[in-house]
Order: sequence, then C-alpha cells, then structure tokens
Amino acid sequence: MSFSRKFLVIGAALIVPTLLNAQTYPNKEDPRSNLKPGKDSAGVATKNMRLVSNTKKAEPFDTSGGLTFANSDLAFRDKYVYQGNFSGFSIWDVSDPAKPKLVSTVQCVTSQGDPTIIGNLLFISAEGGANRNDCAKGGVKDPKDHMAGVRIFDVSNPAQPRLVKNVQTCKGSHTHTALPHPKDKNILYIYVSGSGGARPNTEVAGCKEGTDAADETNSLFRLDVIKVDLRNPEKAEVVTGARIFTGLEPAPRAASRPARGGRGRAGGDTTTAPRPTGPRNCHDVTAYPAAKLLAGACGSYGLLVDVSNPEKPVRLDAKADTNFSLWHTAVFSNDGKKVVFTDEWGGGTSPMCQANSMMEMGGNTILSIDSKRKYKQHAYFKIPSVQTAEENCVSHNGGLIPVPGRDVMVQGWYQGGVSVMDFTDPANPKELAYFDRGAIDAPPQVDVPLAATQGGGRGGRRSTIGGSWGAYYWNGYIYSSEMDRGFDILELEPGDQLSKNEIEAAKLVRFVEYNPQSQPKIEWPAAFPVVRSYLDQLVRWNGLATDRTTAIASALDAAERQTGKPRRDALNALAKLVDRDVTGAKDPERVKAMSAAIKSLAKATR
Amino acid sequence: MPSRARIIFVTLAACAALFGPPSIAAAQHAGHKVAITVPAGAPYTVADVEFMQGMIAHHAQAIHMSRMAEKRGANPRVLRFAMKIDQSQIAEIRLMQEWLVHYGQAAPDTSSWRTMTMAGMLTEAQLAELDSATGVAFDRAFLRLMIQHHEGALQMVKDLFATNLAGQEIDVNVFANDVVSVQTAEIGVMRQMLSQLPPK
Repeated sequence: MSFSRKFLVIGAALIVPTLLNAQTYPNKEDPRSNLKPGKDSAGVATKNMRLVSNTKKAEPFDTSGGLTFANSDLAFRDKYVYQGNFSGFSIWDVSDPAKPKLVSTVQCVTSQGDPTIIGNLLFISAEGGANRNDCAKGGVKDPKDHMAGVRIFDVSNPAQPRLVKNVQTCKGSHTHTALPHPKDKNILYIYVSGSGGARPNTEVAGCKEGTDAADETNSLFRLDVIKVDLRNPEKAEVVTGARIFTGLEPAPRAASRPARGGRGRAGGDTTTAPRPTGPRNCHDVTAYPAAKLLAGACGSYGLLVDVSNPEKPVRLDAKADTNFSLWHTAVFSNDGKKVVFTDEWGGGTSPMCQANSMMEMGGNTILSIDSKRKYKQHAYFKIPSVQTAEENCVSHNGGLIPVPGRDVMVQGWYQGGVSVMDFTDPANPKELAYFDRGAIDAPPQVDVPLAATQGGGRGGRRSTIGGSWGAYYWNGYIYSSEMDRGFDILELEPGDQLSKNEIEAAKLVRFVEYNPQSQPKIEWPAAFPVVRSYLDQLVRWNGLATDRTTAIASALDAAERQTGKPRRDALNALAKLVDRDVTGAKDPERVKAMSAAIKSLAKATR
Repeated sequence: MPSRARIIFVTLAACAALFGPPSIAAAQHAGHKVAITVPAGAPYTVADVEFMQGMIAHHAQAIHMSRMAEKRGANPRVLRFAMKIDQSQIAEIRLMQEWLVHYGQAAPDTSSWRTMTMAGMLTEAQLAELDSATGVAFDRAFLRLMIQHHEGALQMVKDLFATNLAGQEIDVNVFANDVVSVQTAEIGVMRQMLSQLPPK
C-alpha cells in the first residue's frame, strides 16, 4: 500500500458520524438529581441495587481535599480486594461482604496507584513527580530517587506486602495492563500507559523526546512493554515498545506548499508545521487475551490492536470522534465483537454531568467490530441524572456483569455514582441499575468572593474530589472504590429489566483472579438460572410466543423437581421441543442459545 | 518557526521550596509586582504557584475566544467544540483558584487574561482578527488560533516540569498531566476539523 493511499484510508476513519444516537436528557426528575449533600449524611438514590457495606478508608489515608490520599482502582484475587490510593494501597478481606476487613495498608507515595494482582505479585502504577524509589513522602529532591513506572510488591503475606522491584519507564505509568504470554504461563507482559513526556536520559538511561512517530529510538509514540518472569519478578524490565501509533497523523503537507487558510505569521501560524496530531500515549488499554485483542483508549483515538504476539502488536483500526477529546478506557463484550469506550471529559476532577453539560461528551460510546476487524461507531450513553457543580462526574472505569445472553457492564462515574448499562443493542444502550449519593460538599454560599488571601497561610475551602473511581462485578457483588468515602460493596436486585434468574446466573460465574483491564472470558456453568435467564429475556422482549414460553417454564420446573436420569431425559426432551421453536421465533438466536443451555444442563446432570 | 507570544510574567527568583525552607519570588505582571511567598515545609514551589496563576489567565482567554463562536456563526462542530472548551476550562479555573486560595496564594480571576500574557495567548491584533471574522473564516481563524493557544499551554507545562523541584505537588501534577493529555488530543481534533473545512 502506498504512503498516500494509506493515509487516505486513515483519513476516512476520521469522518465523524453525525447521526449517532444521542440522549436528549439529562432529566431533572431523575431521583439522583438534587440529592442532599454531605460526606457521611448525603441523600442516596438507588435502582435495582442495594448497598451491602461502606467501609471508611484506612486511617492513614483519611483526609479530604485534593488528591493526596484519594483512592484509585481495584484488583481482585481469592478473598482479597486490592485498592489503590495515591499514597499507597489497602488490602481488604471480603469473605464477608457486609463486613470487609482491612488486612493491611501500605503507605507508599505512588500516584495514581492503579493495581493489578497476578498470583502473589501486586503491580502498581506510578506516575507522579513526587513518587520516590523508597516510597517516602517529602518529594523528589534528587532525580535519581524518582520512581515513575511500575512497582512490584510480593503479597504472599497480605499482612506484610514487600516491595521487590521498581521498574522505571520513560513516561511513567498512568495505568498498566497485564497480558499473559500466549504459551508460557510463567511469563507476563505489562503494557504501560504513561501520559507524561519522556524523562531526561540523565534520570532514566535511553529515554528520548521526539516528534517523529516512526523514529524507533524516541520514547514517545509507544507503550513500554515490561516482561516479567513471575518466578523472578526482581528481574522484570522493559523489553520493547509497542509502537501502535505510527501513521496516525494526517499526511504532512509538502514543505513548499503553504497551508490553506494560513494568515501570515502574526502570533505564530502553527498549522504549517508538520507536527503529529495522532496520539503518542494511551490513557488506558484493555486487553482481551481470549480474543488476542486489545482496545486502546489513546487521546483522540480509540484503537483496535492484535496482540497475538505481545511483543509485536499490530494496529488493526483507529477511530476518532470530535466529541471524544480523551478516549479513556475500554470494555469488550464477551463475544469480542463490541467495545465500550469512555471519554474522560474534564479529567475526572470536573463536574461534567450538570444540566448544561453536553450529552455526547464525558460518557460512553459503543463500537462494534466487523469481520474485517474494523470499528463502527454506534450510540453514546451518559447517565441521565443532573449532577451538581460540586460533583466531579464523568464516565469512568468498569467491567462486565456476566448476565447470559446480554452485554451488561457496571462502571463508576465518580460523584455521578455507580451505573449499570446494557449495550446488547449497540445503537440503544440502556441503564438498568444505579447507586448514587449526593455531593460530598455542600454548594458554596453566595456572595462569598473567592478572594485571594495574601501571604503563606493555609486555609480556604477546596472542593472534594470523590466518588466511584471504578466499579466492578466480581463473584456476586459490585465493588466500588470511592475516592473519598472509602470502599463500597453493592448487590444487584431484580427489576423488570433484570430478573432474579439473570442475577443468579451472573452469580454462578466465579473468577479466582480478576483484573478488569485484562478481561477474562466469561463461561457460564450448566445451571437452571442460566436457562431461565434466556427464557426471561424471550418473555421480556417477546422473542417467542407466550404459550411456548409458558410451556417451557413449566417443563423446566418439572425437570428441576426430578433428579438423575429422569431429569436428564426431561431436559433432553425439552431441548428437542425448543429446537423446533427456533423457526418462527422472533428472536431465533436467543432460542438457540437457550436450547444449548438446556442441552449442557442435561449433559451435566448425573 | 512559529513565534510564541512573549512571556512577560517573569519569574525573578528561581529558588523554590518543596518541603524545604521558605522562598519568596516576585513575579511581574502588567507593571505590578506580586510577591509569592512559599512557607517552609510547603509541598509545592514558587513555580507551581506561578503555573496555576498563569494557567488561570491562559484558560480565561480560551473561554473568551470560545464565547465568540456563537455570535460569529461558527459551524455546528466548531461551536460544539468551543462550548466544550468553555465548559471544561471554567471547571479547571475553579480548581486552580481553590488550590491557590487553599495555599494562601493570590488567585487571579477570569478577567486576568487582559493583564497577564502567557505562552500561546493571542495578541490584541489576533483577538481583533478573530472577533471580526464570521462563518467559515471564523472557524478557520478560531481553530488556527486555538491550536496556537493550546500549544502555549503545553509549553507552560513543559516549563513547569523543567523547573527544579516543581510539578510534584499531587494536585498540580495531576492537573498539569491532564492539561497535556486533553490539550494534545484537542489539538489533534482541531487539526482534523481544520483539514475538513471548505476551501476559501
């Protein structure tokens, strides 16, 4: 493919679809609008969700105002939840979700502290300028003390985590993503997303600034890839750079040809400079190892990358959208054919869910992946409530809820709360459930000017940055990291758009280890709630005639009352009947899926 | 080479205090001298204060530019983008003002762009040019000048991080990194829009 042709293709991807479905609310009548403010006494609105427990932050982190002690992301393993914080991390024992127990709190200045747990190793992202090799407070006085990259802790004794290695990277680590070696289970790759510029090579050898995306020696325009031998984590190091941005800038203008619309040099006309407009970093990438894919949320682009060989990733597609200024994070559907991208308009610290905030910005957008592995953009989704100017709010981190037959995800919206979205139909995403508290801070009083106070005294009210950093479903519960209020555990409750059977089926899916940015493939066990989930969906959406769904429900009940061979026979007989329902059903695919679930249940019956 | 707008907000003292002894710097803007005092043991430096003060003025001018879009007949995408800059940067101004007030530092208001000049900010002539353009001519001028303006913001962050001990206080650090992420991406978006405008 010639140079110019290549750019033509990429250019075509830039044309923004103008007829995307966009919501027309926010809705002031939403129960989440106008909740009473207060850190501990805020009003609460919930739908199809209940708060199981809220546990305050560990004592060393308990302060408000600013981000110094803000909680960040979560990772899950065994009975533990690992919660990052800008000043360290906490390990919670969640054996009893109603009473999570704090196992340990490690104080280690590490903004922003996003965690990944792999076996006994906890990986923590370090980006901030004040992070030190020795974890201590006080800032970096000597550049050789600066730690920006990924910290590795041994947490085999969760009561006493031990720092085993600081892996320095040229741009630090805003977030990171674990990617297992395709064959060797002892080898792990960590894709590092760093948002900073390249550090000076006096600080980290080999780091180099550059503006040419194709220059293999510059430290920008790449994701650093750390290779970890899980048996020797102290030897972890950066082995390569994933250069997935090359060619994302539009064709440079010929130097001799002046820019269209250039108006001389007054004040500096920068449009003629052949500077790249494509991203040089991702904010976050989500790997889906089962599909060998990675979705990159990278500045002004959402990328699709083939990671069959983690050391040599290949970009498949890139999507731009002028409404999305900061592609932030991604979640794949379980079949790997859709991706939800979020847009972190306002960076997470700003109130972007107010009545006048634009609905196409600061929310989600849903892309499908076609057979040629190219993206197509569909609708936007944003929580429909009106949040206040005191509530930092934008779509943020989340993951799938394993409801069979549907694409459902839960995510945090900072002070917009926790929200559950169904994106089965990418053109019509719907909200199924939510949990929201009022603002942490009361609105400022009127007529109190934000006057400057001279001198060096402390004081002055600062808005609290809080809310759900990320909310994830894991083994039956939703865990939400509240930046200020601590640690929330929630449970789904049935409603007309989410049935008891669907919730029970989701609860049957168990993962020992769960790192949301490295998405596991969901497989449902053979069980009655799984079959009934499909049946409930056929009833809810009129996918099959009512007399048939009623008959199938009765047959399932009858089969469940049996055991052993009679149950197996009953289920096999039912599956045969259901197979005949496929033709003529309004939703034949769902009927087929139900039949398959009945058959596997029969097979599993002994 | 594009000429950056001159910086007259000059730091006269390079010393700073990150958890160190107190430091005092005098910054000059529009003929006034404003002393910046950083108390001993403070987690930030003079350069952090100057950055936050200067970025308020910088943002305020971007908002002023963005608010021209509606009455100058900008196309819907440019108008929407201008609204976005308005809504984003007004929230960031509040964050910066609160940070400054919290640490007992002078917090410029949204009129400060008229008296403070930071990297990439428009000259009087450029402002007049923008304010007299309509339709596609406005779109073109707006995008070109806003790219220049955003590149100035990136330069301000670069200067901040190049200053010894600066850019470490966590809220400044996160905010400065956000400025880079967001404005780099927005420059990309603006270049895309610029390339798709109808020819003159």
